[in-house]
Amino acid sequence: MTNRVASTLGVLWPPVLFGVLFLGAWEFIVWFWGIEQFLLPAPSAIWSALAEEIGAVWEATYVTGANALVGLLLGVALGVAMSFVMMRFRIFNDLATPLAVALNAIPIIVIVPVLNNMFSISTEVPRRLMVMLIVFFIVLVNVSKGLRQVQPLHVELMRSYAASPWTVMVKTRIPNAVPFLFTAVKIAAPAAVVTAFVAEYFGGRQNGIGYGITSSAATSNNDVTWAYVAGACALGVTFFTISVGLEKTTVRQAGPRRPGGATT
Amino acid sequence: MVGEYADVVLVDGATMVFNAAKPNRVDALVDVDLRVAPGDFVSLIGPSGCGKSTLLRLIAHLLEPTAGTLSVNGKSPDRARREGDYGMVFQQPGLFEWRSVRKNVELPLEIDGWARARRAERAVEMLELVHLDEFADHMPWELSGGMQQRVAIARALAVQPALLLMDEPFGALDEMTREHMQAELLRICAAEGTTVVFVTHSIPEAVYLSTRVVVMSARPGRITDEIAVGLGGDRNEDTREDDEFFKRITEVREALRADRDGADVRRVSGVEDR
Ligand SMILES: Nc1ncnc2c1ncn2[C@@H]1O[C@H](COP(=O)(O)OP(=O)(O)OP(=O)(O)O)[C@@H](O)[C@H]1O
Ligand SMILES: [Mg+2]
Repeated sequence: MTNRVASTLGVLWPPVLFGVLFLGAWEFIVWFWGIEQFLLPAPSAIWSALAEEIGAVWEATYVTGANALVGLLLGVALGVAMSFVMMRFRIFNDLATPLAVALNAIPIIVIVPVLNNMFSISTEVPRRLMVMLIVFFIVLVNVSKGLRQVQPLHVELMRSYAASPWTVMVKTRIPNAVPFLFTAVKIAAPAAVVTAFVAEYFGGRQNGIGYGITSSAATSNNDVTWAYVAGACALGVTFFTISVGLEKTTVRQAGPRRPGGATT
Repeated sequence: MVGEYADVVLVDGATMVFNAAKPNRVDALVDVDLRVAPGDFVSLIGPSGCGKSTLLRLIAHLLEPTAGTLSVNGKSPDRARREGDYGMVFQQPGLFEWRSVRKNVELPLEIDGWARARRAERAVEMLELVHLDEFADHMPWELSGGMQQRVAIARALAVQPALLLMDEPFGALDEMTREHMQAELLRICAAEGTTVVFVTHSIPEAVYLSTRVVVMSARPGRITDEIAVGLGGDRNEDTREDDEFFKRITEVREALRADRDGADVRRVSGVEDR
């Protein structure tokens, strides 16, 4: 236990030291050259703005975070379900894989206004749907790859046991796909956060971080804008940390193995 | 087809062609005949790529022959596979990396529907046999290649199959472990009356273990010779220093060499004998 704490600290101190030095240098440069607040506020100014507006920033972060989380969970559930359907019916796979790849290549976030029109603009539904769509394709592509790309030797072995398709699924394909799922979540979690607040730039309710940033920037309230940016950073880091932590737990079970074929 | 039901394995004119219509066509096996009687220990020996693994895969019904027929225990290979008539050790260990060593050995028992307690008991027994009981709760990637191969052997032996198909099972083992595994395999075969088809690159190993050694040649893969060995049921460490043992080794070596020289002659004269 103490060992783990020690090793965690060992891994953490270089970025922490870098962060402190970086903030210090920032503060110094702003003070030394007397840079105007509307160009670049000093960390101390951002900090006091954050302290002052903490209620509003927290609320906005919560709204955006909830959109990202709900969209992420829905997208993962739907992506996993669809992977099984595609595994079952080959025809879907032949159709859907090129489709998913093509959709990945276009910035589908631009359809947010369409979703806003389709669903009530005064709810969070369009944004959550947008996040869900982005996550869905990342999960679909990776998990169906994991279900299909089992080692040929494992397939032969199961065949020599005369194992039923169900047994092959449960004992070979699903365990094989688990690391692929976690790789997908690791990619999808930050993407969900980015999508959740970029979606706010396309209209709809005015309560998230994206709106906080645009509205405070519009009134040249730069300290407050940066306070919202800090909230966005915290949200992104939180999502990323949780997904990496999830992945670590499976790696501990399955060991170092070939990477789960990350595809965004 | 043919009705000699006493044979455990009967291969009749089996031919296996990969990528028949393409430029990378391979005639892996051509017109192979093989009979394995109950209790036989048949070794397949021959140069790399001569179709030994392919022949095992045909018997195991992991491949369908391009031509010819096979039967296992008087049944079609398909039925024999479905009825769990054989156990197979592949050339690579092929362990499941998300299962512990113990759980890997238990896998075929799980699929056969054994109760948990019996499964665990048998797995430990098998791991003791291959001297890996201390590693029962390790994960496969924590084991060396030779240790992984021994787990694969334990896994194949766990169901006590009456027919064992083994593809270079001891290839990755050191000399001492190899001799121990050979002795254990002979002991099990004697106790259970197991029939074995065994692929190896080692002439002494083939001679020590087998009742018959089948010599194969490459491109196209075919059986060129067959040597009855039969060193008897009471083989032990002294057998390896026996005159009889060395005589058989020489015999197999000459069969392999004759085959190679024959191939050279054919190449020089540009004449195919078939
Ligand atoms: N699935 C396959 N597709 C195409 N060619 C194959 C396939 N499997 C085997 N071959 C070819 O068939 C030939 C025989 O292969 P096989 O694996 O049976 O050889 P082997 O005697 O077991 O060799 P080794 O001693 O190196 O294991 C080789 O030329 C190989 O390239
Ligand atoms: Mg082989």
